[in-house]
Amino acid sequence: MKLTLWTYEGPTHVGAMRVATGMTGLHYVLHAPQGDTYADLLFTMIERRGQRPPVTYTTFQARDLGADTANLFKDAARAAHDRFRPQAMIVGASCTAELIQDDPGGLAGALGLPIPVIALDLPSYSRKENYGADETFHQIVRALARPMPRTAAITCNLLGATGLGFRHRDDVAEVTKLLGLMGIAVNVSAPMGASPADITRMGAAHFNVLLYPETGETAARYLERTCGQPFTKVVPIGVGATRDFLHEVAGITGLSPRVDETGLRLPWWSASVDSTYLTGKRVFLFGDATHVIAAARIAATEIGFEVVGMGCYNREYARPMRTAAKAYGLEALITDDYLEVEAAIAEAAPELILGTQQERHIGKRLGIPCAVISAPVHVQDFPARYSPQMGFEGANVIFDTWIHPLVMGLEEHLLTMFREDFEFHDAAGASHHGGKAGLQDAPPVAVAVPDEQAGTPNAADGGGALPPGFASPRDISEQMKPAEVPEGAAGQPGPRWLDDAERELKKIPFFVRGKARRNTEKYAADRGVTAISVETLYEAKAHYAR
Amino acid sequence: MSLDLTAPATATRGCRETPVLKERGQREVFCGLTGIIWLHRKMQDAFFLVVGSRTCAHLLQAAAGVMIFAEPRFGTAILEEKDLAGLADANAELDREVARLLERRPDIRQLFLVGSCPSEVIKLDLARAAERLSARNAPHVRVYSYSGSGIETTFTQGEDACLAAMVPSLAQTDARELMLVGALPDVVEDQMVDLLQKLGVGPLRLLPARRSADLPAVGPNTVFALTQPFLGDTHAALQRRGARHVAAPFPFGEEGTTAWLQAIAREFGVDQARFDAVTAAPRARARKAVAAHAGTLAGKSIFFFPDSQLEIPLARFLARECGMTPLEVGTPFLHRELLGPDLDLLPEGPVLSEGQDVDLQLDRQAAAAPDLTICGLGLANPLESRGFTTKWAIELVFSPVHFYEQAGDLAALFSRPLRRKAILTAGGSA
Repeated sequence: MKLTLWTYEGPTHVGAMRVATGMTGLHYVLHAPQGDTYADLLFTMIERRGQRPPVTYTTFQARDLGADTANLFKDAARAAHDRFRPQAMIVGASCTAELIQDDPGGLAGALGLPIPVIALDLPSYSRKENYGADETFHQIVRALARPMPRTAAITCNLLGATGLGFRHRDDVAEVTKLLGLMGIAVNVSAPMGASPADITRMGAAHFNVLLYPETGETAARYLERTCGQPFTKVVPIGVGATRDFLHEVAGITGLSPRVDETGLRLPWWSASVDSTYLTGKRVFLFGDATHVIAAARIAATEIGFEVVGMGCYNREYARPMRTAAKAYGLEALITDDYLEVEAAIAEAAPELILGTQQERHIGKRLGIPCAVISAPVHVQDFPARYSPQMGFEGANVIFDTWIHPLVMGLEEHLLTMFREDFEFHDAAGASHHGGKAGLQDAPPVAVAVPDEQAGTPNAADGGGALPPGFASPRDISEQMKPAEVPEGAAGQPGPRWLDDAERELKKIPFFVRGKARRNTEKYAADRGVTAISVETLYEAKAHYAR
Repeated sequence: MSLDLTAPATATRGCRETPVLKERGQREVFCGLTGIIWLHRKMQDAFFLVVGSRTCAHLLQAAAGVMIFAEPRFGTAILEEKDLAGLADANAELDREVARLLERRPDIRQLFLVGSCPSEVIKLDLARAAERLSARNAPHVRVYSYSGSGIETTFTQGEDACLAAMVPSLAQTDARELMLVGALPDVVEDQMVDLLQKLGVGPLRLLPARRSADLPAVGPNTVFALTQPFLGDTHAALQRRGARHVAAPFPFGEEGTTAWLQAIAREFGVDQARFDAVTAAPRARARKAVAAHAGTLAGKSIFFFPDSQLEIPLARFLARECGMTPLEVGTPFLHRELLGPDLDLLPEGPVLSEGQDVDLQLDRQAAAAPDLTICGLGLANPLESRGFTTKWAIELVFSPVHFYEQAGDLAALFSRPLRRKAILTAGGSA
């Protein structure tokens, strides 16, 4: 038994739903009690889908237990087939139905439906959402895909995009375009966008592009074994990774990796002088392993940040995550407990967080700006505009998304210049447009965090469901306990500030003052200095100068 | 300005005798765990510990958007494979998790162990666990248990189960007091208390109370009024403690609020002049506020998918005060005794349905082609995409909608989607 206040991943059957909802012509009959239908709203609200997920829930009740839950399942499966006429059906159990052991696969098989029926066995009490999606896609491919003659022209399949995926819609479009530049057509993109009939012709592709290892790797390995299709290992997120990906594809196909990079702007945007201020900004990364590993490379080598912490919530990818972290001299944080992540972020005191929607909220609480790089998704992660993470356009999107939460270069310079100005005084906050007075000294309130939700407190903060009213997100958010704000080096009673030093500290621009305070206190504590003078402050400044 | 609701305002009969279409199939509704989202805000020193699966935790965060909490006062003790192997171990694990939780959160005075589908199926006895843990943590923390499982409860029934679980341990009293039952937003609760005090009714007691120290006592001279229609088990539990229920329509809209107050006033012998003096101004305000929306709503048809058990009182309000025509009023469970006064007032005509078979009901909805459809979040966008105008049912539960000052807000929840549909010119389907 493990106490969980919030979870990064849903249960396994939600993973299966992501596969089913992404596909067409497939229906999922889920043995489940009432209430499990909540998962529908993830798709209809967060992703704004105009169709119900293709899922039939058997809705058994307490009085059915030990009586005829098996018949209930059979009736539901038969009715779903008659009503929706799918090309294929997947059947399985949610956590509760797993306990009553009705064997949905066997029951559905006994119905003799005229379509393929694929049984899912997704252990609810030991695995989670990504596993559920990966295994469901694997079972569908296993049941339907066969070796067959290759297409005349070089084609590939794109693997791993699902419903409710982080920017999957646009990544598929961008990678399709990128491969098109090399002269490669996409045979099937699956699960998202594919029908069971499409799955049966996956064997015709020359190779597979694994977009999302979390949800497609087992299928990719299966196709490699049975259809002799190699699959790509580089996930094309970032400029360097995209170029590496093109070289990897070139190695598989013999085509040239040189493509037109006209639309790629990240390298110059990063090299131009306004971006100088980005040098060495401390970033903390957390999310799914694939996105975090890719983001760390971009941060360190394409934008010039310093990676001060990284980790993932999906334990299945702990090993590559640890290896990647080691390259930055870090110990990876592998956990699905957000309080541990919050503590690690507070400890690392980064200037920017790259994380999930949960880290965005952690950033709000700690006063640290955040850009979102990974699932779990939120209604904001389905923008109306085209905004992939992959390929060259993805790199452009990433530059903008990560940089905008920070105070811009020229802006930072002006704030320093006018620091005691009547408009740029401390209480005015990061914007002189008012309404933000009363900022805290520590932790550093570095920036005007663009809060897309300002003015729309009903904007489904964190899941899409909550309307305004007495339980609106702002109303129900807990008051932050002062004890949770990291103070000083390690929460210990720190050295005392002399009045002169305190006054001098106030002259330092507010958005770096928190860091100056912490560094000075740490410097003093490390040296056993109990009273901080102006000299201590500047000695610390020199010590930490870079 | 006396009130005479028994003489029908129109020639139509009410719905008390209308046969009910009972459905048994796929339900597109939340389970009772969802009630935790508003109950934990109401009870400020309570923690709700669901003993369940990752699905339960995921449901709560999806329904509540809980990412915004620094550390919420609810959580899920997620069962793992080893807990399923042996119940003795599961109990030991539960005790350990509770001990750890209470140590971390010394501000907690009430702990609710909330049963889920998996805990019910493996027959984990949370009532016994609550007794054991209550004894261990007395007097600082009282531990209760109830089931919010989807195999036993639908959405708002979770609040009913929670309040009913508190009733047996309420202190005994012989005082004549009015207990007001049902979790309301603080602002609405304050208005209710103010109105009743002006009528001279009292002493007033609230269930649930904001803090455990303020929990009411109960006994043979307790009279209670329900503010929510879904409190059937709590109603029965209070009657078992000797308390007596004041039956009335539920306090939605000007008419419902007046009838609800009138029933209490009659019970406490408030004279009509005083009643009129206290209610005249807010009644006029409520009518005026509703009238601002009635223009949009009058003559429009409405179809309710089952959700919160508020459907019948709301259909009554929309039909009588806003001029709408209910086509089908679906409710997860129809408690005839509690809803009798509302059924009497709901004009004859709509199909009344109880339970759900969502595919069949979607067929009926499409055939009825209502101007406005009230449904859950799983159905709203798919219906909008097909050209229907919808209102999220969950907002009716989470928003302040009771009593006079919210009557206009309640009407606005229904008129806004219609007005919005009329404003937008760019079209739009998924």
